[in-house]
Amino acid sequence: MDLFDNINYWIAMFQIVMGLFIVIASENLIKTLVGLGIFQSAVYIIYISPAKIFGGTAPIFVSNQEVYANPLPHVLILTAIVVGVATIALGLALVVRIYEAYGTLEEDKIQDIDLGANNDA
Amino acid sequence: MLSSQLPALQVVIPLVAAPICVFFRNPRIAWLIALIASSLTFMVSIGLFLQVQQLGVISYEMGNWSPPWGIEYRVDNVNAYILLIVSSIGALVTAYAYPSLKREIDTNRHYLFWTSYLLCLTGLLGVTITGDAFNIFVFLEISSLSTYVLIALGKSRLALYAAFRYLILGTIGATFIVIGIGLLYLMTGTLNLYDLASRLGDMDLAQPQLAALAFLTVGISLKLALFPLHLWLPNAYAFAPSVATSFLAATATKVAVYLLLRFAYDVFGKSQIFSELPLGEVLLVLSIVAMFVASTVAIYQDDVKRMFAYSSVAQIGYITLGASFASQTALTASIVHLFNHAITKGAIFLLLGIVAFQIGQPTFTKIKGLGKKMPWTSFGMVLCGLSLIGVPGTAGFISKWYLILAVLERGWWWLAAMILASSLLAILYIWRFVETAYFVTDAEDNTIELGSKIPFSMATVTVLFVLACLFFGFHTEFSVDSASEAARVLLEYTRQ
Repeated sequence: MDLFDNINYWIAMFQIVMGLFIVIASENLIKTLVGLGIFQSAVYIIYISPAKIFGGTAPIFVSNQEVYANPLPHVLILTAIVVGVATIALGLALVVRIYEAYGTLEEDKIQDIDLGANNDA
Repeated sequence: MLSSQLPALQVVIPLVAAPICVFFRNPRIAWLIALIASSLTFMVSIGLFLQVQQLGVISYEMGNWSPPWGIEYRVDNVNAYILLIVSSIGALVTAYAYPSLKREIDTNRHYLFWTSYLLCLTGLLGVTITGDAFNIFVFLEISSLSTYVLIALGKSRLALYAAFRYLILGTIGATFIVIGIGLLYLMTGTLNLYDLASRLGDMDLAQPQLAALAFLTVGISLKLALFPLHLWLPNAYAFAPSVATSFLAATATKVAVYLLLRFAYDVFGKSQIFSELPLGEVLLVLSIVAMFVASTVAIYQDDVKRMFAYSSVAQIGYITLGASFASQTALTASIVHLFNHAITKGAIFLLLGIVAFQIGQPTFTKIKGLGKKMPWTSFGMVLCGLSLIGVPGTAGFISKWYLILAVLERGWWWLAAMILASSLLAILYIWRFVETAYFVTDAEDNTIELGSKIPFSMATVTVLFVLACLFFGFHTEFSVDSASEAARVLLEYTRQ
């Protein structure tokens, strides 16, 4: 089945769209960050999927092995995961500060509170 | 010996200095460390610039792993010029910063500011110098994450919300870039930009490559605040501490422009995307819209910093306009404007930093009669405003002149007329500042009370920037020649 051959990419695409939708549609700052996390993790799947070769091992030469898989995408994605964690952590830290300053996490309420200072963004 | 290690030092010096600031915690020592580190970085970039002039392209193998397997730092005429811009502004703004920060941020948080500032500098320089696509993403995120912190350190709570919005949009942009890089890696099997360019040149642009180009273009456009993707910028610039605004306005978007040039002309250069795909047309239309809409919105702002932030969006329009048609003059115009706008906007936000030092966040109601109370600062603002409009004798004129020359080369009179018309909009918002500062003499509203004398360091650096705006309006040997050399190199990539 053609559909199932590329199932990883279908899932990744679905995740990208879903993540972006949550970021755009939700008014709550925490939910926005959750959407961002979903969106970012789609990238991990896009990178990892083609790097997995069934029956392949790490590229270390041994006598009884002929199929090797490229380890580089995994390493890249480890870096990307670290970056993603840092981003979400910083985002949550900002959310804590915003909650202390405004007493709410709803985007429209925050905008209402500062309407005088910030009316045309 | 040392001179062969300059490409690594360019990034390593601020990277190592950043955590040292955390160890000391003392605001003055942290500032001194930042000053020393950023000055050294500036000297390194001068060294690199001279080396590239003499020897041509420098290729540095990180950890002695030869490219395309290892990470390569590759310095050519294009990024040597950008490195020089970013590091010089980084060093000068640091020299300016101490008294201004003292007034705007609690002293026990200064070391955090300097750590983020140095990391941001590291990231921006790293994005510019590296020749590895994934490395670009990593450095981009280093600079972005520290930028969010710099913005959130602003005094008002609006800064927090502005930083959060920028975090969301910036992360979407960076993720788009990493998707684009991933797709390119899947199709070519390499991450080295130079290698990518030659392998992409040998193959047809199939759907994955086109998707990669689309993801990269949108992601980078978010970072450089190209018109409909600019929404994060005005609030971020308006509510960040003055020092952070001056630094970011002069450097962050410029580095993103560099990335756009690098990918459009170098990596995809041989694929002839400007003649085969409507990329140029899309950029052209968005740039024109940016020039008009952002300038118009700027006229109606109440906050002076926000007004100039919108003006930045409009000025970025001129830069991308030059980048949108692949000709020598247009690219020169684009790169010269990148330089001229960096010093002009840097000067304006430094001047506004002085105003903020004296009277707090500058709004139009607060700056009534500023011309009498702070004559030199207001005069500097007028000069920089003239440069923003593009009056002859200022740096801004040079870039607009080249832009119009490039447009006329194509015979597009209507576009030349539009560039002039959008400059008229700039006159309107600059005039609004002039009118409020000099001609509103309502005694009751005149509530400006000057806090203290302007500190020597702030005054010196700002005067230097304002003089640079004038100097590069008359002496174009350095700015234009380096830019046209960079443009020539970029166009060469498309021909190979």
